[in-house]
Amino acid sequence: MTNLGLDVLFKGSNFLRLLGGLWVAVRISLVSVAISIALGIPAGILMTSKKKGIRVIFRIYLEIVRIMPQMVLLFIVYFGTTRVFGWDLSAEASAIIVFVFWGCAEMGDLVRGALISIPKIQYESAAALGMDQMTSFRYVILPQTIRRLIPLSINLITRMIKTTSLVMMIGIVEVLKVGQQIIEANRKASPNAAFGVFAVVLLMYFLICWPVSRLAVYLEKRWA
Amino acid sequence: MEKEVILQYLPLYREALLLTLRIGWQGVFLAFLFGLACALIRHRRVPVLRHVVTVYIEFFRNTPLLVQLFFLYFALPKIGIRMTPEVCGSLGLGLLGGAYMAETFRSGLESVAPIQEESALSLGMTPLQAFWHVILPQAFTASVTGIVANVIFLLKETSVFSVISLMDLMFTAKDLIGMYAKTLECLTLLVVFYLIMLLPVSLLGSYLERRLRYAEYGK
Repeated sequence: MTNLGLDVLFKGSNFLRLLGGLWVAVRISLVSVAISIALGIPAGILMTSKKKGIRVIFRIYLEIVRIMPQMVLLFIVYFGTTRVFGWDLSAEASAIIVFVFWGCAEMGDLVRGALISIPKIQYESAAALGMDQMTSFRYVILPQTIRRLIPLSINLITRMIKTTSLVMMIGIVEVLKVGQQIIEANRKASPNAAFGVFAVVLLMYFLICWPVSRLAVYLEKRWA
Repeated sequence: MEKEVILQYLPLYREALLLTLRIGWQGVFLAFLFGLACALIRHRRVPVLRHVVTVYIEFFRNTPLLVQLFFLYFALPKIGIRMTPEVCGSLGLGLLGGAYMAETFRSGLESVAPIQEESALSLGMTPLQAFWHVILPQAFTASVTGIVANVIFLLKETSVFSVISLMDLMFTAKDLIGMYAKTLECLTLLVVFYLIMLLPVSLLGSYLERRLRYAEYGK
């Protein structure tokens, strides 16, 4: 056990500290996902707008998000806004801004996809049955859209959680950073700590993301 | 913005871009290899190996590249496996990408109707010929959208390479900001260089998709 560096994890409160770090990452992603979903739904509805101007603007927004790595966006918001506008954003606030900017575009695109995937005949049949626009949206379109949307937005959650590992690069102390601290602190006593600690961090991410993505696959199959 | 500063930094960024591109494409190449191998193993239902591949795919799809790189670069040397940062970067990207590509290729392979293979075999082709001339081109066409998305995703993921001390674009930007505090210039160059790297791939992707859709409708 000693030579794999797993003993370090059971020393003092090390394991709890790692879990604390993991919670920081998960908390940032949950807050970002919640805001992204709230903003992404209206964004998606706007993306299906009949006005060309609105569609073009959202198209450009989506392309920017698709092309720029989240790391670059993090740097721009964290270092750039301080320099240009003199804002003193905390690292966590910058991270949430970036993930919402990204998540809102992705969520919007999912909503757009779900909305246009509803066959036109559904609208027509609802109208033929004498439903007005609100009623048909509420009872016919919305339930179908949500069913298509939920598995996809669950996937977005796992992507968010995985991406939050980047926030250590702008100085947030999350699970990887805590791991590094533990390794540094035990350099003498347990030189192989890096193996144990990083293996456990890897496993922690897997144990969070895997069940969530299985759920998405299950729901997709069940509701397809 | 100061023009001299930008001109002064330009060569550094160019070096970084070349490094990022080299490792990025090596990673993408590996991802293609791993992905194709895994997709075939799952598609052909090779016993035992099929389960190993499933574990690999699920594991790499559900963990972040950053943590995978930390493991490859800092943890593996403790059990005697040492790699240079470059090898580590390409391998890490290849392993991650392989897991994504495998799923994309598999859905491509599944979209080819079984009768295609049966017909090819009954025409006297060997299984290998049937695969190479009949199945693969169709499967590839069906998965182009996914492949392009994966390639862009992988090239974007290269932005975490600085953690294993590779002097990529992020590393250069962070380093220069730390030393000279020309934040605005550094960030602008960073954005411009990522655009240079990713915009052509993105445009090529949409072009290919249009072409393929055209081919589909023009049957």
